[in-house]
Amino acid sequence: MNADFTAEELEFQKEVRQFLEAEFPKDIKHKVDNGIRLEKDDYVRWQKILYKKGWVAPNWPVEYGGTGWNPTQKYIFAMEMGLYGAMEPVAFGMKMVAPVIYSFGNEEQKKRFLPDILASNVWWCQGYSEPNAGSDLASLKTTAVRDGDHYIVNGTKTWTTLGQHADWIFCLVRTDSTVKKQEGISFLLIDMKTPGIKVSPIVLLDGEPEVNEVHFDNVRVPAENLIGEENKGWTYAKVLLTHERTNIAQVPNSKLKLRKLHNLAANTPDGNGGTLLDDPVFARKLAEVDIQVLALEFAELRTLAAVSVGKAPGPESSILKIVGTEATQFIDELYMEVAAYHCMPHVPEQFTEGFEGERVAKGTLASSANVYFNNRKKSIYGGSNEVQKNIISKAVLGL
Amino acid sequence: MDFSYSDEQQMLQDSVQKFVMSQYDFDTRRKYLESEKGFSDEAWNLFAELGWLTVPFKEEDGGFGGSAVDLMVVMEEFGKGMVVEPFIPTGVISGGLITDLGSAEQKEALIGAIMEGSLQLATAYAEADSRYNLAAVGTTATKSGDDYVLNGTKIQVLNGPAADKLLVVARTAGGQFDRDGISVFIVDATAAGISKREYTNVDGHRAAEIHLKDVKVAASALLGAEGAALPALEAAIDRATLAVGAEAVGAMDSLLKKTVEYAKTRKQFGVAIGTFQALQHRMSEMFIECQLARSIVIMAAMKLDSSASVQEKAKAVSAAKSRVGRAIRKVGQEAVQIHGGIAVTDELDVGHYFKRVTTIEHLFGNTDFHTLRYARL
Repeated sequence: MNADFTAEELEFQKEVRQFLEAEFPKDIKHKVDNGIRLEKDDYVRWQKILYKKGWVAPNWPVEYGGTGWNPTQKYIFAMEMGLYGAMEPVAFGMKMVAPVIYSFGNEEQKKRFLPDILASNVWWCQGYSEPNAGSDLASLKTTAVRDGDHYIVNGTKTWTTLGQHADWIFCLVRTDSTVKKQEGISFLLIDMKTPGIKVSPIVLLDGEPEVNEVHFDNVRVPAENLIGEENKGWTYAKVLLTHERTNIAQVPNSKLKLRKLHNLAANTPDGNGGTLLDDPVFARKLAEVDIQVLALEFAELRTLAAVSVGKAPGPESSILKIVGTEATQFIDELYMEVAAYHCMPHVPEQFTEGFEGERVAKGTLASSANVYFNNRKKSIYGGSNEVQKNIISKAVLGL
Repeated sequence: MDFSYSDEQQMLQDSVQKFVMSQYDFDTRRKYLESEKGFSDEAWNLFAELGWLTVPFKEEDGGFGGSAVDLMVVMEEFGKGMVVEPFIPTGVISGGLITDLGSAEQKEALIGAIMEGSLQLATAYAEADSRYNLAAVGTTATKSGDDYVLNGTKIQVLNGPAADKLLVVARTAGGQFDRDGISVFIVDATAAGISKREYTNVDGHRAAEIHLKDVKVAASALLGAEGAALPALEAAIDRATLAVGAEAVGAMDSLLKKTVEYAKTRKQFGVAIGTFQALQHRMSEMFIECQLARSIVIMAAMKLDSSASVQEKAKAVSAAKSRVGRAIRKVGQEAVQIHGGIAVTDELDVGHYFKRVTTIEHLFGNTDFHTLRYARL
């Protein structure tokens, strides 16, 4: 057993740090550090910098633009990015649709789509969930009926994160309703500019239209946009899910949040002349979640090590999803506790670019309740934590 | 031992319940929240007409009796519909301070107006660095001839935007954390030197940050004896704490009902999700939490109405807030989780109940604060 980095790995860590210091745009860093909402352009600009450096897609095969890093390097990179506050590339293109395209798409599709994803020229969104197909995703009802060289798509997709920015959407659609529900699903790529598509924003608890419903009304999609074989979409989607699980534990992000929280508690008066960090009850809670994240980090490292010797990331990765989201949510609760009365004001304009007034509370304290509300989604999306527990009971424990 | 309501309390409950059920649906509430004021004058006037605004006050002051159980009855029903009208800041906190500290003239001038619905009040006590310590007062009131001059900043003043008058907690003597030397002044909301930063809270309630810069008030503005207001402030906030505890009991009741209803109708994998034992157990736990929260709020209300000592009463309120706070986290989070994505949208009422109970958890002292206060009292 050895969890130390080698000299080369330490050198790599230094290189990543230097790169972030030099290249992560200062204005975006300012936004991240101050809880100011990021715009589409912030993501695209940063991804293009990563692309130029050749580091935008560490998990892709080298032939399509991957970095060729070993798991330790990938881990170091993700950790340094997270601790610096640099955003991961938006997952929908880079981590979700691209692996399906390079694994199951034809040569023409690879040539057509992958370079633009890599270069962040095209913004993708996900068309999976439907109003009546949530945890039971395979019961989806959006249909694609073949009509000559086209499919005619009808139905509604929901929880489409940042769909308002999207140029393309990848969808699971029903192409056969006469067979077992998993066997009649296909994987289709759809240009968002196609006539018949309507995007309606869904406002979440923090007041932001982060997700959308996407309606398809007789949308004509060229048949060449079908990935792989018709009715094999469920298989492809499952592969996608294993890619989605990389960094699902969100350890770097939680570590950064904990570091900031510690700092915040040390500077928050307890109302009796001390600081909140002097309060043993609070200090204990902070330590408990810190320890939980440490255990999670080593659980993730063990998974990575298994992958590096050729094992597929198994259903154990459900642990990472459950514990990772719960740790994040618990940290959000502690932020509110630090904020006390300061968590209450809902003044969203103070977290937008160009706001020049004084905030109602120091730093990001006044967003803590909204962050808490919004992040309740984490234990719901990406396969709810209940679904993850089902996976563990069935696939791991054999129950 | 008798846990049943008196006939009068039963009538009070029926009347508030009927109003909430028939006139305070989710869309109506949203309309009130989106109005300029953030609540409905019409509803407020109705509260006055139906006598609910007399509930916080003693019979000798013309009120319904001022019992904590009555207050609990009203607040629980308000909680079921997330009523946003400023009953607590005007009636319970400010009304409580006036009842405890006011001279005959002050009571005469103010209590009647509150009960008839024509006077809105807000009590400005919290400060940026005070957290939940009511004795941590940095705002000063300095004697200047026959007047006092107030300076300082108050945060999270509930009903601050609509208040006609402010009850400002300020220090007339002593250091920042001393229990002695704290006074309350009645200040006109438009007095020279007052500026407000108004905002809406995450639960939709309106509040303000209030800056006092050389605000001059006459000696007659002093409520109670100079420097001796803290016990009354603590009692008023304790009463408000009980009130929001009861409100949370009502709101959690709604959350549980809605969650169970949803679990019975939402189908996934071909069956209602309520048939899954994993979810059944969690809803059973929500039910247990609701029952314990209700029980401890009843305990605290009865204690407040008893001849127990000040300390015992405070301890009972802290017990209630601590336990209700735990229930809030559990019931709120589970209601959202069992509903799934739909509950994190602005469209469904569940998320709004979740926001209100979460706010209650952090109002007037969070769970840790009250647990520790309980331990030390």
